[in-house]
Amino acid sequence: MSSKATAQPLSLKIASGAFLAFWCLIAAFPIVWIAVMSVKSPRDAFAASAWDVITGPATRAAGNGLSLLDIVLGLIVLFLAIRWAFTRLPGLVQQFTPPGLIALGWLIGAAVYGILFVLVFFGVLPLVLGPLNSVLGPLGTPIIGLTTEHYVAVWGENQFYRNFMNSMIVTAGVVTVSLTVGTLAGYGLARSGSNLAFWLLIVALVFRALPHSVLVAGYLPWFINSAEILRPIFGDLAPTLYGQPWAIIAVLVAINQPFTIWMLRSFFQNIPSELDEAARVDGCSHFQAFRRVIMPVMWPGVITTGLFSFLLGYNDFLVTALLLDAQNQTMVPAIAGYFNRETTTTDQVEAVAAAVSITAPLFLLVMVFQRQIVSGLTAGAVKG
Amino acid sequence: MKFKTFFWFVAPSVFMMLLFIAAPLVSVFLQSFQVTQPVVQQVEVETCTPGFLTQTCTTELKTVPIIDEVTGKAQTTTSWVGFQSYQNVLQMDKVWEAVSDGRLRDILQIDFWKALRFTLMFTLVTLPLVIGVGLMIALAVNNASKSLRGPVIFVSLLPFIITPVIGSLSIYWLFVGDGILTATLERWTGQDIAMFANAWTIELLMYFYRVWHVAPFAFVIFYAGLQTVNMDTLESAIIDGANRFERLRYVIVPHLMPLIIFIALIHLMDCYRVFDEIIGFRSQAHVISLQWLTFDFLTPDDSGNRAISRAAASSMLTMIGIVILLILPLRRTWRDHKGGAH
Repeated sequence: MSSKATAQPLSLKIASGAFLAFWCLIAAFPIVWIAVMSVKSPRDAFAASAWDVITGPATRAAGNGLSLLDIVLGLIVLFLAIRWAFTRLPGLVQQFTPPGLIALGWLIGAAVYGILFVLVFFGVLPLVLGPLNSVLGPLGTPIIGLTTEHYVAVWGENQFYRNFMNSMIVTAGVVTVSLTVGTLAGYGLARSGSNLAFWLLIVALVFRALPHSVLVAGYLPWFINSAEILRPIFGDLAPTLYGQPWAIIAVLVAINQPFTIWMLRSFFQNIPSELDEAARVDGCSHFQAFRRVIMPVMWPGVITTGLFSFLLGYNDFLVTALLLDAQNQTMVPAIAGYFNRETTTTDQVEAVAAAVSITAPLFLLVMVFQRQIVSGLTAGAVKG
Repeated sequence: MKFKTFFWFVAPSVFMMLLFIAAPLVSVFLQSFQVTQPVVQQVEVETCTPGFLTQTCTTELKTVPIIDEVTGKAQTTTSWVGFQSYQNVLQMDKVWEAVSDGRLRDILQIDFWKALRFTLMFTLVTLPLVIGVGLMIALAVNNASKSLRGPVIFVSLLPFIITPVIGSLSIYWLFVGDGILTATLERWTGQDIAMFANAWTIELLMYFYRVWHVAPFAFVIFYAGLQTVNMDTLESAIIDGANRFERLRYVIVPHLMPLIIFIALIHLMDCYRVFDEIIGFRSQAHVISLQWLTFDFLTPDDSGNRAISRAAASSMLTMIGIVILLILPLRRTWRDHKGGAH
């Protein structure tokens, strides 16, 4: 690649670099901008000049803002926290979890870390900085307007945490069930060369193409009347499926199945079949070989597929909007509720804050799992 | 693997798909020929208002739904109506009328045809853009220094991974009435701009959003493909005197062709069910898509009724469309499979 013939003229290098910079700007701008808007008072958030939106004069005038000291100290704490997460946290998790439960250990570790971070960053830091700012004079006067009132309103008054909990329940359910069902099927399909397996995959491909509204049109009458339809079987225990999170989980798992089995199949095909043959020679049944030999080397593929199931469950609007009622609505349809009330600019900025709240977990997800996402995207394409 | 083992491995997945995908399809198919209505009866009601000397009484016939005594709900009957629901959705009589009068634009006033036009155009316009932009980003990233690639991929993944409704909302807020980009545009052009008052500006924004959302996906796949380009072929092309563009045209693009087809297929499927943009941009007054049409039929109206049979008919029509779109690629796969078996 370093030979003279492939060396590029400077103009091409500059053009390609400029294009890349331009793309990054376009890719990040809308997301960064709503994050900036969400911490400003309504007048600043919809100000005509971009500079006003960033610095937030009206927000600052209302007494909410960050001083130079706040910014510097905040960045230091943030940097230390991130560093600590990557250097010391893995060791601690390894040390305190019994062997075999490492996944659970990581979950608990991450949760504890998250809580500690929120406590330090939003609890301790403002307490320390308040008196410091008043003592230090010019260093302590706010220079950038920033307010968390919209987040407080969204999560507190509007009880967005309920929607958050529902989203988490639905997403967790979708991920676990579709991975359990999908790994079994993906393994079966990868190891069977029969025509039936091929046809199953083709049918799954057609199912993947179906618009979800078609399926929901099929569910809706049954779900609303399910108590009466199921009464002969279950008696008075017959549930109304409409509005039940677990019914949504089942629906989303099924919608997600075609994609899951295609992706897992391509991951299983990468594992040499000599491995399970060796296990079979040693006396394992097919299922034992799958559980004891194949699954341990399959974790990367399972994690990747799980990420995509997570995205499907988390991002879904159509199914959850139609099949869940207002009490157990998930986050994404709940934000549609803001449209109807969106009469004042305060409502609009609250909707922006809710949107940012929905995006934040996804942002973390990309940060942690970037490599798995990329490998997942390519696995489907290059082999499928 | 024996058939029996294979069966037990795939059984849970197949069961889920049969119960929650195949069965609803059958149900939708049947419902599209049925109409369920509440049973009504005519009741003579006497209403009296106090008056001077005597009450003023009027009797009138009222239609009231019959209430089931056991469940307390309104009784319903289901009747077969043939293609009537389809007719309600398609409104062929209006279409023929418009055709015979030579006013073809009037066809696009009807919801279904309006949605169909937008859905098809959306799919066909964004497809080349996504592939082109994705390829350009992939080439540019491949050109960039190694240390830059990680952060660029991170930033590029953001539009792809963001919730579609939120993604379109974030662009909506940039362009809404007093949004920052509208304000900037107004300052440049000196005109008053309302992006969300015209159908065509909304459509432009939707195309932009979709390319923004999907191009990273194409980029990542092309980028992976670029890593496997055969360097020997590339070098012999250079020796043969191919310039940069010819190398791209005759070596790199043919190498990426299977990936381009793959992306086109996925994009076709995903674009055909365009929906979240309509919600995010709140464009239902101007631009609607086929999937949104079904969603709208399924949403309870002011009196709490859902137009189930019309939704079923419109979703059957939507499905016919996707089958037509997919027939060609699927036939190819089938031929490849048969060719591979021999």
